[in-house]
Amino acid sequence: MSDLAVSGLCVDRGGRRVLSDVSLTVAAGEALVVSGPNGAGKSTLLRAIVGLCAVADGAVDYPGEIALCAHLVAHKNAVKATETALSNIAFHARILGADAPEMAAEEALAAVGLLALADTPAGYLSQGQTRRLALARLFAAPRPLWLLDEPVAGLDAASRERFAGAMATHLDGGGLVVASTHEPLGLVAPKTLALG
Amino acid sequence: MGLWAIFARDVRLSWGAGGGGPVGVIFFLSVVAVAPFAVGPDLALLARLGPALLWIAVLLSLLLGLERLFQADQEDGTLDQLRLSDEPLALVALVKAAAHWTASAVPLIVAAPAAAVLLNMEMATLGLTVATFLIGTPGLALIGAVGAAVAVSLRRAGVLIAILVLPLSIPTVIFGVAAIEAFTAGQSPVAPLALQGALTLVALVVAPIAAAAALKEID
Repeated sequence: MSDLAVSGLCVDRGGRRVLSDVSLTVAAGEALVVSGPNGAGKSTLLRAIVGLCAVADGAVDYPGEIALCAHLVAHKNAVKATETALSNIAFHARILGADAPEMAAEEALAAVGLLALADTPAGYLSQGQTRRLALARLFAAPRPLWLLDEPVAGLDAASRERFAGAMATHLDGGGLVVASTHEPLGLVAPKTLALG
Repeated sequence: MGLWAIFARDVRLSWGAGGGGPVGVIFFLSVVAVAPFAVGPDLALLARLGPALLWIAVLLSLLLGLERLFQADQEDGTLDQLRLSDEPLALVALVKAAAHWTASAVPLIVAAPAAAVLLNMEMATLGLTVATFLIGTPGLALIGAVGAAVAVSLRRAGVLIAILVLPLSIPTVIFGVAAIEAFTAGQSPVAPLALQGALTLVALVVAPIAAAAALKEID
């Protein structure tokens, strides 16, 4: 079973303990929603799980190399303004190891409803559309563990609904979702973790 | 395939709208164009100083793009994705340095004949100078990538990168100019060229590992 287990995680940032003794488990097909006030360490938790920030204490257990099994959609969208929407996603599909990147990229744009804007430079997209472009990475390369930091910030109601459906499909296929959020994501009975 | 995508995109971004590629070439030619005014109307002196002036201009021009080499990716979140990619981070750093060389150094080498005219250099000397560029600049790009990786999370890192990178670039410049000196004195330039090549090969091995180590430390 591809379960994610975090035990006793402590992370220091700027000389301050941001996360203190955080433990959680997420099984395949499960979603975990992380909540907490600003500065509670939600984003730091997601980065620490995937190994992008130094951990002071504790352990993250996941079968396999977690950096190669996880998607991180953080606050920064990793979108280049001068590149088209399609080439942005095709690039991520390539570096994240998709088999047929061009096709995967088009399918990913369709999954977030941006296919009509495939040839538009990303700089001309609105904030919400840029966020959807970042979310399209999730569909461009198949990886089981989705780490989502405020995934639906700036999205309209229809896009939120579409993304909730996509998360449900991912979970049905045995995927894992860990999402930090201040607003409901439309997940059916997710586990919850309150920080801070 | 991922590595090729990184290389191609970096070159494209560098020469696309808002990229630094064309600016580097203009800067290079500007620095060289100032030299005759600084040295004065002594053509023989200018020709003798020519290779050294070209080397300094190349060194400075290559510094221009370094600040953005990793910082642009760090700011927009792409660096996180590169760290999560299937490719080893050292190879990513190597490919980014290669893209920097292709986008920044190759145009300078192409523009070198135009610069040589301004410095009254002979064809044979120019040919050898271009050869030292071809051997030496890949090493400079690799050393530069280490400086860029170390300074990635600092604002206004350009000057700091220059301070980090220039001392490490000196050996490459020494052997490049030494080869040209030997040639104009009628001796064989092979030994200094070989040493310059050796420096580039050392950088090829050490620099990607060093840059990757620095990039891994970013929180």
